[in-house]
Amino acid sequence: MKDGVNGVALGVFIFFFVAVTAIGFLAARWRKAENEHSLDEWGLGGRSFGTWITWFLLGGDLYTAYTFVAVPAAIYAAGASGFFAVPYTILVYPLVFTFLPRLWSVSHRHGYVTTSDFVRGRFGSKGLSLAVAVTGILATMPYIALQLVGIQAVLDVMGVGGGENTNWFVKDLPLLIAFGVLAAYTYSSGLRAPALIAFVKDALIYIVIAVAIIYIPIKLGGFDDIFASAGEKFAKAGAGGVVPAAGGQWTYATLALGSALALFMYPHSITATLSSRSREVIRRNTTILPLYSLMLGLLALLGFMAIADGISVKNGQLAIPQLFENMFPDWFAGVAFAAIGIGALVPAAIMSIAAANLFTRNIYKDFIKPDATPKEETRVSKIVSLLVKVGALVFVLTMDKTVAINFQLLGGIWILQTFPALVGGLFTRWFHRWALLGGWAVGMVYGTVAAYGVASPTQKHFGGSSDDIPGIGEIGYIGLTAFVLNVVVTVVLTFVLRAAKAPEGIDETAADDYTADAGDPGVEQELPAATAGTTH
Amino acid sequence: MSDAPGVGRGAVTPLRVVIGLCLVAPFVAMLWVGSYAKTDPVFIGIPFFYWYQMLWVLISTALTMTAYKLWHLDQRGRAAASRDASAASAASSGALGTPASSDAPANPKGGAAE
Repeated sequence: MKDGVNGVALGVFIFFFVAVTAIGFLAARWRKAENEHSLDEWGLGGRSFGTWITWFLLGGDLYTAYTFVAVPAAIYAAGASGFFAVPYTILVYPLVFTFLPRLWSVSHRHGYVTTSDFVRGRFGSKGLSLAVAVTGILATMPYIALQLVGIQAVLDVMGVGGGENTNWFVKDLPLLIAFGVLAAYTYSSGLRAPALIAFVKDALIYIVIAVAIIYIPIKLGGFDDIFASAGEKFAKAGAGGVVPAAGGQWTYATLALGSALALFMYPHSITATLSSRSREVIRRNTTILPLYSLMLGLLALLGFMAIADGISVKNGQLAIPQLFENMFPDWFAGVAFAAIGIGALVPAAIMSIAAANLFTRNIYKDFIKPDATPKEETRVSKIVSLLVKVGALVFVLTMDKTVAINFQLLGGIWILQTFPALVGGLFTRWFHRWALLGGWAVGMVYGTVAAYGVASPTQKHFGGSSDDIPGIGEIGYIGLTAFVLNVVVTVVLTFVLRAAKAPEGIDETAADDYTADAGDPGVEQELPAATAGTTH
Repeated sequence: MSDAPGVGRGAVTPLRVVIGLCLVAPFVAMLWVGSYAKTDPVFIGIPFFYWYQMLWVLISTALTMTAYKLWHLDQRGRAAASRDASAASAASSGALGTPASSDAPANPKGGAAE
């Protein structure tokens, strides 16, 4: 790593950061509605976003800074097995094509803001809804923390963040500033801020990837050389490889499938989804979102380029920022770092809003203050969004980075356990609410225990997300195994509870709620497309 | 829900089978890792394993888009049938193909109430 601060890169980085901050605050005035003190406005951008805004918002939300750093880092460290992110994001869209429009419709009919709102309405069970909400919050917190890790990696490579001997305050000051600013505009603008910033973020990311994927291979002598040197490295290390070994194929497939099932269970994915103005917007987005997967695939290949460039870092997360610094002229390295840095701000904002909505709607309103007015809800949500971010910051600053990564790994396993209640509930009322709760509990416990037991060369616990699949004798993603267990328990318990005539709870939804679109009775009219100052 | 004969909710039509196949195909292709876990043929220096999956990003996009178009067609057919059945004569023409057109077909009951 070069010593000292990279002045030019830092200057470019700060320029973009300031620009984005201004946009974040101005966003409050963008498409402003009359009733601004409601959770629909602050937390869902007035449910008014069209196809392109939703596309940018979802893209900015799902493909986070951590993704940009971690996916190539995984390739850099282990080769082919890290590429599962590509089939994972391929499978997500045909999958959500089937259920997301239904969730949109029923949420609009009944004014649901979170997935837990839906689960409570569908199954008449506050307990089940609480389980879904708590799982969502637990899974989101470490994810926000990891966005900070992404920013930290960039700052480290630029030479800010100080050396070992600067005191902690100076060292962490840039991160504190970045997060202070993020917290302030999220507080004032709500979901509108990340929606606008996402445009900048994605434009930067696409430019950087397009340049990187052409420019770097030319400098390194073409893909032949790149893959040859990667092959050598893995052969020498005796681990990893350019193509997955026969033993690793189950892991690869189960990770792809399990992650695809889990992605739209995350609260922040749903927040971005529900902010769109019609059912059509969702369906159309499932056909254009894969563009991001293409980008992700190209990005993943950068991991091999880092190997070919001879980058040797102990912390794999620094591999890609370091590659940019080595390869690009300083000013363009600054653009690339800004892309990653801003890439962290968008999801962090949406995640904190999503977690705050869950708390407000499904814990505060359901259990603490049932008669909270919309205005109070919004106020609580705003404050909680701040607390969530402070929590994530404390997490990153006080604990080892591996703790955040471990928790994120667990979060993925946990969030998948809400799938039966949510997606099952969207299609059928057959599952019994207590059975769903039982299945969820079994999945959570199994997933946590199994993940705890995975050792790696560097860690005794939480060393990875794959373990033996009981009864099959292959190694697979723990989350998926837990999910299967969850479903089995849910089905068996449903039979038992139905036989025992356990009370089923009241379903406040009707069959045609699931297919309603904007303009239908009971669904708010589509808002007039965009007021002043918007592109669409 | 009062379904029109033939194309009602839950009826399996060839169109719906095709939609289903479009959505299932990527799962079969991607989860069958053994079919693509190899180096050859190499494309501009990139092993098969990588470019094949990248190619599937495009294929699955095309398939999802097809499913989306066919689904529209399906909804339109259902709307037409339910209109015939209820003898309602709501204008159907101009807006077809635009997003707004899908709301009526999706909810025949609501349409009849208007």
